[in-house]
Amino acid sequence: MSNLLALPILIPLCTAVILIFMKERVLLQRFISTVSAILNIMIALVLIYRIHSGGIQTLQMGGWAPPYGIVFVGDMFAALLVLTASVVSLGILIYSFRSIDAERERFYYYTFFHFLLVGVYGSFLTGDMFNLFVFFEVMLISSYALISLGGTKLQLRETSKYLLINIVSSTLFVAAVAYLYAAVGTLNMAHLSQRVAEAGQGGVLNVIAVLFLIVFSLKAGLFLFFWLPGSYSAPPSAIRALFGALLTKVGLYAIIRTFTLIFVNDPGLTHTWVAWMAAATMILGGLGAVAYNDIPRIFNYNVIISVGFVAFGLAAATPDALNGAVFYLLHDILAKGLMFVLGGIIITAAGTDQLKDMGGLIKRYPLIGWMFFTLALALVGIPPLSGFAGKVLITRGGLDAGMLTLSLIGLGSSFLVLYSLIKVFRLAFWGNEPEGNLPKIKLKSVSTVAAGLLVLVILMGIGADWVYSYVAQAGDVLAHPTLYIEAVIKE
Amino acid sequence: MELIMVVAVGILFTIGVYLILSKSLLRIVLGTSLLTHGVHLLLLTMAGLKTGAAPVLGGKAETYVDPLPQALILTSIVISFGVTAFFFVLAYRSYQTLGTDEIDSVKGEER
Repeated sequence: MSNLLALPILIPLCTAVILIFMKERVLLQRFISTVSAILNIMIALVLIYRIHSGGIQTLQMGGWAPPYGIVFVGDMFAALLVLTASVVSLGILIYSFRSIDAERERFYYYTFFHFLLVGVYGSFLTGDMFNLFVFFEVMLISSYALISLGGTKLQLRETSKYLLINIVSSTLFVAAVAYLYAAVGTLNMAHLSQRVAEAGQGGVLNVIAVLFLIVFSLKAGLFLFFWLPGSYSAPPSAIRALFGALLTKVGLYAIIRTFTLIFVNDPGLTHTWVAWMAAATMILGGLGAVAYNDIPRIFNYNVIISVGFVAFGLAAATPDALNGAVFYLLHDILAKGLMFVLGGIIITAAGTDQLKDMGGLIKRYPLIGWMFFTLALALVGIPPLSGFAGKVLITRGGLDAGMLTLSLIGLGSSFLVLYSLIKVFRLAFWGNEPEGNLPKIKLKSVSTVAAGLLVLVILMGIGADWVYSYVAQAGDVLAHPTLYIEAVIKE
Repeated sequence: MELIMVVAVGILFTIGVYLILSKSLLRIVLGTSLLTHGVHLLLLTMAGLKTGAAPVLGGKAETYVDPLPQALILTSIVISFGVTAFFFVLAYRSYQTLGTDEIDSVKGEER
């Protein structure tokens, strides 16, 4: 049954709609959300199995053949991202049961949560440019609601900035779609790729390509990340985890899809732009991560660094680097979700998010401490853990493509990641406990979530060979866009 | 005709950007709605303004105008409608809670 491809979108959509009707029954909401999240993981696994054995899956909506109808395309890259996103979202969902306060839960938190997932999965699976815009908006509008839910002063202030930036970038997205439609007369991605190749990617199409790069970079935090550190500091930690793990990755996915499928004919221009933006992102993100002394900002700048690193993999554009970018993206969704969950636990345990007011947590929460330490090593890319394989592949690809400076910046940024996270570990967990009454918190369920995600991070590192067999299939489609086009447009 | 429309779109964008860069939150919201007006006109213009019947079958016309951009604009209009409504309410809430609608004066680290 080829409708399988629509299920990752339909399940959270139906869940969100059902949850609207049970506003006061929080326990029931939690139960239905969990069931839906688990169902989504299973669907994603079946999808990956099918793609692994049968190649790229496509689903023509309403039976209209592309380019006339909207087509959903599940290649390995999209399916792996759907799986990782659904695993992380299950973890964050269970973390929210403890960490989100009852008032927020009653005001449709889980509904917005699932609508956000609809937008994320839809963006991964769609094969149409304007449909991508619509799913972006589904995701963004839910994120506006989530970021402002609760209405504290900080949230109100940051939401207006976040909202303004995203309205402007959505406007630019529509403008870019308009130009593209005028230039080549289609909106289906596979058909666009053909038409752009036929037209020869000259002056006008290059301008449009750069416009798309600006649009997606605003969403992904690639160089144009000035809004990100403030906005992501405002909401509670579960929402922050959801944003840090998923939102920027969707923008990054859109960049990778656009520049490996549609605008591939003049890499000297477009990929050089991506390369310089990646370099600036890694440097500025690294500086930010080192500069701050509060946990949300350090973590937010770490999100930015990894966005730069994946973009570097795209800019290098060798098969190795593309495989590495896919691998690193998967690792990063998992690890960043876990990082924000652990960060949230630390903030609750210490009662503050300022590092200077913390200390000595290792005596009371040794498990959390060593989990955070392991995660820090994984994020830096210490060999047995998950960050290693992606970093090696991207760096090797970068060196093969002759990008020595960028490779050095990439490796240098790893040191800044290490420094900033170990600073958190040292100041929060070592030293003496501050005076005064410290909050007593129950950690059983949240540390189970964190441990589960950490086990996945470790397994992904140890079983890198096994994961790679899937990642290579994803990277193959990125390196050879004809595979994608042939799967969508059947002659 | 396209030229006139493009100039009009350019003017809308200019005013929109100017308003977004101002201090008052209300002017910023107005700026964003001008931007979306501009971009919808742009979508209509870029698809071509050749004369033809409205895209409704049964008119027995020789040619029709392109129906696709009209569908895109309709989608985009309702989306920006929703977002603008949210932005207005957010501005109202901010005015109530923060006591000002000047974007400059809401700095600081207080929560």
